[in-house]
Amino acid sequence: MSETIDIAALNGVKEGEKKRPRSKEKRLEIACQTVEARVRNYDEVALGYGPAEAVAESMRCLECPKPRCVVACPVHIDIPTFIGLISRGKFSQAAEDIRQYNNLPSVCGRVCPQENLCEAACIVNDTNPKNPIAIGRLERFASDWQLTHDVRDAASVHKRPATGFKIAVIGSGPAGLSCSADLAKMGHSVDLFEALHKPGGVLMYGIPEFRLPKAIVQKEIEYVKALGVTMECNVVVGRTLPVKEVLDSYDAVFVASGAGFPNMMNIPGENLNGVYSANEFLTRVNLMKAWKNDSAGTPIRKPRKAVVVGAGFTAFDVVRIALRLGAEEASIVYRRSREEMPGRGEEIEHSLEEGAKFVLLTNPVKYLGDENGFVRGVVVQKMDLGEPDSSGRRRPVPIKGSEYEIECDLVVVAIGQTPNVLIPSNLPGLATRWGSVIKVNRESYMTTVPKVFAGGDAITGAATVILATRAGREAARSMDAYVRDPARTWNPPA
Amino acid sequence: MYTITRKKVLASGVIEMGILAPRIAKAHKPGQFLMVMNREESERIPLTIADSDPAKGEVTIVFLEVGRSTIELGEDFKEGDSLFAVVGPLGTPTHIEPFGTVVVMGGGLGVAPIYPICKGLKAAGNTVVTIIGYRRKDLMFWHDKLAGASTETIVTTDDGSFGTKGFVTDALKTIHDGGRAIDRIIAIGPPVMMRAVSNLTQPWGIPTWVSLNTIMVDGTGMCGGCRVEIGKESKFVCVDGPDFDAHLVNWDEMFARMKVYTAEERAAILANHECKLHLDNIKR
Ligand SMILES: Cc1cc2nc3c(=O)[nH]c(=O)nc-3n(C[C@H](O)[C@H](O)[C@H](O)COP(=O)(O)OP(=O)(O)OC[C@H]3O[C@@H](n4cnc5c(N)ncnc54)[C@H](O)[C@@H]3O)c2cc1C
Ligand code: SF4
Ligand code: FES
Repeated sequence: MSETIDIAALNGVKEGEKKRPRSKEKRLEIACQTVEARVRNYDEVALGYGPAEAVAESMRCLECPKPRCVVACPVHIDIPTFIGLISRGKFSQAAEDIRQYNNLPSVCGRVCPQENLCEAACIVNDTNPKNPIAIGRLERFASDWQLTHDVRDAASVHKRPATGFKIAVIGSGPAGLSCSADLAKMGHSVDLFEALHKPGGVLMYGIPEFRLPKAIVQKEIEYVKALGVTMECNVVVGRTLPVKEVLDSYDAVFVASGAGFPNMMNIPGENLNGVYSANEFLTRVNLMKAWKNDSAGTPIRKPRKAVVVGAGFTAFDVVRIALRLGAEEASIVYRRSREEMPGRGEEIEHSLEEGAKFVLLTNPVKYLGDENGFVRGVVVQKMDLGEPDSSGRRRPVPIKGSEYEIECDLVVVAIGQTPNVLIPSNLPGLATRWGSVIKVNRESYMTTVPKVFAGGDAITGAATVILATRAGREAARSMDAYVRDPARTWNPPA
Repeated sequence: MYTITRKKVLASGVIEMGILAPRIAKAHKPGQFLMVMNREESERIPLTIADSDPAKGEVTIVFLEVGRSTIELGEDFKEGDSLFAVVGPLGTPTHIEPFGTVVVMGGGLGVAPIYPICKGLKAAGNTVVTIIGYRRKDLMFWHDKLAGASTETIVTTDDGSFGTKGFVTDALKTIHDGGRAIDRIIAIGPPVMMRAVSNLTQPWGIPTWVSLNTIMVDGTGMCGGCRVEIGKESKFVCVDGPDFDAHLVNWDEMFARMKVYTAEERAAILANHECKLHLDNIKR
């Protein structure tokens, strides 16, 4: 399929011509839906670059010989090379270049916290502050281009002769998808098992449509299938399929079961109707499509006043959904201050634009219910910041006597997730930390049980898409070496 | 996948279905349930596995057309059709060991899920006294099947049109007051019935177990929507249960939580099905 477009028309450079960087210019803003429009729909907020914009932004890159962005990228994407390819109009080739390092570029381009990673490191910041190259947007552009123009072609390029080894992957989030894709490219036969009815993990059930369209996730998944990976949904390993049976039927197993268990605060009133875990709220809305009023079978409570506890990725997604469900007021209640918020910069900005309120240095102590068991308010307590804790952030300390009440008819507790115990509790000998986080050798991704590798949120607790993607890829390399090793040498964690 | 192999109307609004699901049929143990999605945009609903046949790769479900999805399943799906998704077997299996004499009670639709439990208990060497209750004779189903799986069977109907007149709790009281030694009681049925059993047996000090049917989304321990307080601790019914010690259940909380979507559900049913609600089937 043709991928070369008329670069002269896009004001770029021709093949062979020397590029004149425009790093002094401002970075090209991405078109967004207006605030008024987007709070009434679930369509993607950031609309993405078109070819002309992508080429123009790519022209700002200095294509540094010792690029700092590459060092800062957890998977070390060859950023200057792919940006250079974009500037020459070779969009699919740019995407293919990224795919050597990252199996989910359309996803990562949208959801990676670039402002703390590659874009924070970009040298352009030094001379043109706050105007790093828009690496994430360019990554998204190139990959979307490839996914809409030539998926199957690109996938068939990678077919290798079959090795005859059989590998099982448990969980189809970014870690499982990335590992499966690489193993398939190496010529192994890969069976991927997913507990839910759709593959994608958090990408499908957690991150909302307006930030990561499900059609894009499905295209990335199609790409992985096109590489030859067999996916079976509705299989809960440990229930539908005994763990032992999986171990007996494959040469190696990759556990990528994520961190899907919702943490609650265990404070009075948490079981009142209208108090949700973030996972339940998000699953209803995203995976089960409760936002589609008419067609979806899964209900969700429509809030008037919503309170969201926490300030990570999840909390911002929830507060923005609450506003889209028609909440008159939606507040983030967070026990630390704005500086400590772990969420992604763009999402914090977007939430504020959309009308979310921040109630900072405040923590819930109990929920109040009405006579029918529905939540009607939350009692909160003000906090002070004390000495830094183990995370380096200042520890919040309650202020005595500062309690007050916030009226609300919906509460979503978004204070984090931990891994599910189903696999550890069904696999004797599998060592964990804190009862559920699977222990691995950080180099080989080997667990304490021979044949069994693990990666992603299952070995770290809730982290990021790119770290899960990296774990999948590095584990695939280690698994490849293991299955080919006649001695099947095992290096478990210490 | 997930083809409906049989469909039979057992009583008005009560439907038995066989579903092709080889992995589930093979792994199923008494007390476990599955999640069904009729179509791609349907909700996920929990249904107890009433029987399984690993050789045929088939599981049996029995359900009452009472909510949006069960009405759709009962009315719109026939033998040969396929369901979008069936996941299972989920939940911790019922604890089965040689207890001695076990009274197993099934109220209304609860008659179906106790079948594999009775079979399992009997195979483990227990004396299984089964009490099954229906509203009326014409709503009866599976009583022969249950009799085959039990040592002794008592049938009650609310109006006395078959067996003993009264509720299952009345029959239990009669056996207990008659001096029969009971080592364990298992009760499955509408929440009001399970609570009534719990209240009755608490003063007797006989271990009593119920199978809770809270609202669920995933059924795999991921959302916490199914949580309920058991002995002052929040538990996830889909993974920690569905079987719990009846005397530890916070029944008031559980009743409140079951009503969270009543308004939304009613609106959806009225919009879709011109009120085919078989409300008269819900036992009290
Ligand atoms: C709402 C939300 C927003 C987020 N936003 C961002 C963001 O903007 N940027 C970012 O970088 N990160 C974000 N994250 C974090 C990121 O999504 C996760 O770190 C990442 O998805 C972890 O990938 P994983 O593959 O390890 O696990 P998951 O994505 O959790 O996938 C695990 C999969 O395994 C399946 N599974 C579990 N147990 C079994 C079993 N026994 N048998 C079969 N299958 C099983 C699960 O159903 C699931 O599909 C967000 C997380 C949430 C919840
Ligand atoms: S550091 Fe910035 S300018 Fe240099 S290659 Fe990376 S993106 Fe381009
Ligand atoms: S149904 Fe989601 S955790 Fe039980």
